[in-house]
Order: sequence, then C-alpha cells, then structure tokens
Amino acid sequence: MSAAAVRLDGTGKVFNPGSDGEVVALQAISLTIEEREFVSLIGPSGCGKSTMLRLIGDLLTPTSGEVTVKGKQAHRARLDRDYGMVFQHATLLEWRTVAKNVQLPLEVMGYDKTRRDMRTSELLELVQLEEFAEHYPWQLSGGMQQRVAIARALAFSPSILLMDEPFGALDEMTRERMQMELMAIWQQTDTTVIFVTHSIPEAVFLSTRVVVMSPRPGRISEMVAVDLPQPREFETREAPEFYAKLTEVREALRGFEVGR
Amino acid sequence: MPAASAESQWSRYTSWIDPKRTGRVLVSVLVLVIVLIVLWEGYKAMGKATGGMIPFTTVGLPVSPFDTSMPHTWDIAAALFGPAQRGADKSLLVLYLEAALFTFREVLLGFAIGSAVGFGLAVLFVVNAPIERGLMPYVVASQTVPLLAIAPMVVIWGSQIGLPSWGSVSLIAAYLSFFPVTINTVRGLRSPPPLAVELMRSYAASRTDLLRKVQIPASLPYVFTALKLAATASVVGAIVGELPAGLSVGLGRSLLRASFFFGTSPERLFAAVIVAALLGIVAFGLVAVAERIVVPEARRVEG
Repeated sequence: MSAAAVRLDGTGKVFNPGSDGEVVALQAISLTIEEREFVSLIGPSGCGKSTMLRLIGDLLTPTSGEVTVKGKQAHRARLDRDYGMVFQHATLLEWRTVAKNVQLPLEVMGYDKTRRDMRTSELLELVQLEEFAEHYPWQLSGGMQQRVAIARALAFSPSILLMDEPFGALDEMTRERMQMELMAIWQQTDTTVIFVTHSIPEAVFLSTRVVVMSPRPGRISEMVAVDLPQPREFETREAPEFYAKLTEVREALRGFEVGR
Repeated sequence: MPAASAESQWSRYTSWIDPKRTGRVLVSVLVLVIVLIVLWEGYKAMGKATGGMIPFTTVGLPVSPFDTSMPHTWDIAAALFGPAQRGADKSLLVLYLEAALFTFREVLLGFAIGSAVGFGLAVLFVVNAPIERGLMPYVVASQTVPLLAIAPMVVIWGSQIGLPSWGSVSLIAAYLSFFPVTINTVRGLRSPPPLAVELMRSYAASRTDLLRKVQIPASLPYVFTALKLAATASVVGAIVGELPAGLSVGLGRSLLRASFFFGTSPERLFAAVIVAALLGIVAFGLVAVAERIVVPEARRVEG
C-alpha cells in the first residue's frame, strides 16, 4: 500500500516565538490525506488554514511535529516538484503572454521547447483558453487569469495541488463555472487537491472531505465526509443531500462560535 | 486571433516613432520655447521701463534686466549662428556642437560604466542582504562627497595608470550616474509580489532563475527610470569633470571659457548653456527610445 499523499503529525506553527508578538497559528494538527482526495480547509480568518497549506507546501517550516508528503519530508517533496500551487491572486507575470506564463514552471524545470509547447497547448485546451495563448494577462478577465494560473500549476503534472482561496476574488457566476472546471480537471487527472476556502457551498460541492478549523489557536474542530455522488454536476447543488451537508458544515463552524 | 496579436507585437517595436505622438511633442516644445522667449523679453522690457526696479517700488529686480547680464534672445541666437571667433568661418554653434560631441563620448562611456556598476551592485545587494547592510552606507556617502573634490583625484590617478584625460572624465561621469541605478534597481528587483516568489519556491527554482525570470523582468520599468536619471547625471559629471582634467576640448571647457568673457559677451555663455542642455536632452531621449523598444507600453512608467 502506497504512502498517504499528505500526513501531518502533531504539526504546529508558532510565529515570532518567544517575543511579544508570539502567535500560535496552528496547534498540534494531525491529519492524513489519501491520494486522489479533494480536501477543503474551511474556517474563519485566523484559523490557520493558509498556514497549514504553506506548511504542507514547504513554504513555511513547522515549529513542532512533522509534515510527510508521499512518505518523504515536505522539503524533499518540494524539491521533487510534487506541488502545484494556486493562490487567490492569479500572480501571472505581466510581461509574459498566457502561453509563456503556463511555461514558467516548465522552463524552470528544464523541459525542452518542443515539450513545453506541446504541454502548453494541451493545458490551454484543458482550461479553454487556446485562442488567448498570445494575449497578455492584462487583456484577460479575472476568471480567465485564474484559469491560466490553474493551467500553470498543472503544467508539470504535480501529484498534489495546493489551492489557497483560488476563486475568492471572482464573482459568483464565474466562481461556479470555475468550480465545475476544477471538478472536471480533478476527474481527468490523478491529482490530490487541498483547497482553502471561505465558502461553505464551495467546500461541500468540491470536496470528498471538509476539514473545519477554528482559531486561536488554529486547530481542526471537525471533519465532514462529503459522500455526494461523483461526478458532481450542476444538479448536485440542488439536491437535498447537498443542503444537508451544507447544514452539517455550517453547524460545525458555528459550534465553536456558540461555545465562546 | 493571430493577425491581431502579430500587429500588436509589431506596434510594440515601432510605437516610439508614432508620428502623431512625435508631432504633439514637437508642438508642445515649440510652444514652451516661445513662452520662455516672451517671458525673458517681457522681463527685460519691464525692467528697462522701471530702471531695474520692481514696478511701483524702489526695490531692485532680483536679476538685472540689462543686456550685460540678460542678453536679448535674438542676440543669443545671433551669437550661435555667428562666427566662432572674429573672422572665423566656423559658426559658434558648430564649435559648440563639436565640443558637445567630444563630451558625448565621455558621457556614453561614463553612462555605460555607471549603469553596469549600478546594476551589478543592486543585484549583489538583493541577493546578499549582509553585503547590502555593509556597503549601502558607503554608496550613499559616496554621493555626498562633492564632485569637485573627487574629480581632480580621479584625473591624477587616471593619468598615473595611463588613462587618457577623457577616460578619467568618463569615470567621474560614471561616479555620478551609478547611484540612481543602484537605488532604483534594488527597488525594482524587490517589486515582485511575495506570491510570485512563493510560486518560484514551489517549483524549487534556483536563485538565478528567480532573478532571471521574475526579479529582473519586474525591475525593468524601475531600471529605465534610473537610466534616464543616470543619463542626465552622466552629462553633468562629464561637463564638470572636464574642468580639472585640463582638457582643451569639450563642452565643459567651452562653458568655462564663455564664462570668462561673460562681462563683454554674455550671449556666448547662454549659447553654450543651450547646447549643454541639448546634450542632456539627447542623452535622456536616447534612453527613452530604448525604453520604448524594450518595455511594453502597459508597463512603462512615464517620466
């Protein structure tokens, strides 16, 4: 049996330890994410969900505990290029065309030009932006920019996709369409997705599992398995089971609020 | 839409010779020159009418309006197009332009050295913070030392290592032009958003890749702003540097000579100043043209 995609074992993160500004961002998190799972991290601001994503991606180092990715240390996994990252802001390089932006990781990773071009056209087809290959980022809408960012993250076929509120800045219509597209991409590839969001419907619609987090100190307060049938479709949002799950997550989020 | 994008690609390289824009610039320059002439001559006419006093007072005007300190604009023009010396074939304008051409060579070399050193220092500082903390105070201090104190030393040391005088002048120009390049490039290299840096980290990109693919391209608008400052600073450095270098040619020498004769023919100094200003504008303009070619329009910072 293969190792879990991600395993956090008593993982904690303290910012500015020992000083007045000490903040316990995450306290002793233990969580196992299997391969091909789609896990959403949800919770109010300050619950440490973005911190957790960055610990998994080795953009931050834990102050306690361990992060293991595919049976190795997170640092090793980053050097092995196991992660694709998508942030709330598309973070496209404005001086590069759409195609060149998608190629950025491939250039860094030393793919030759033929392979880069081939991969780029595949990906732009996947996110339906073929005809915009030679456009510059400022010529695209926010939703299109975010699709380029997703294509870029998928370019080198990372086994784990880390997404930090990727649709947070988009309007509701665009957001739902992007969710459908992400679902389709996840279905087509063998990617494990870890997805930070503020939106309960988004978390329920996309995920196989929702991790509900609470702040001060950041910790996991509840896990909600979402066993809605796959593939999720437009109608999924209108099913009574979907509403039941929304309620379950909402209650879990309220639990600690009422408690304090 | 390959046709449209090819067109925009093309216009990106030709936009700097946009005739409409060039026309607008020429018209506004012309208008400004006319306004300046009117102001200059108006001030003189007013001063003459009041006998050098501010109207309705007995307070003297800050600058004497008489021909010995403010020659008529047409006298300046006449001096420019008149013979360089009594009985000479060459006009003063040609003489000054030749001097400017000589100075321009120093400006170019000084600008090239200054920009290269300035950019190199900036990269060094951004890559290595301890070096920045250690060296930055000296970089700043270097600019507070008066140029007139440094210039003779550079000329003497330069001649000791066999550098031609104009080469020493270039070094002085470089000394003045590297500073804005360093300061602005450091800013530019730090301008990419933290997320872009995290993104490169997530690819396990090397330091060199981060510089080459993110930081340096991001810095270009800043670098070009700096290069425009460096170009004009290089002109100033070259002109001032010529004075202690003992050169018998160059615009600095022309300015100095004209100022000796200010009492008898002030229009010659103003003529030299105009040519010096033109040299500065040319140096600035060349960088602006390079910017138009290198940096796409949407990323340009005007000024």
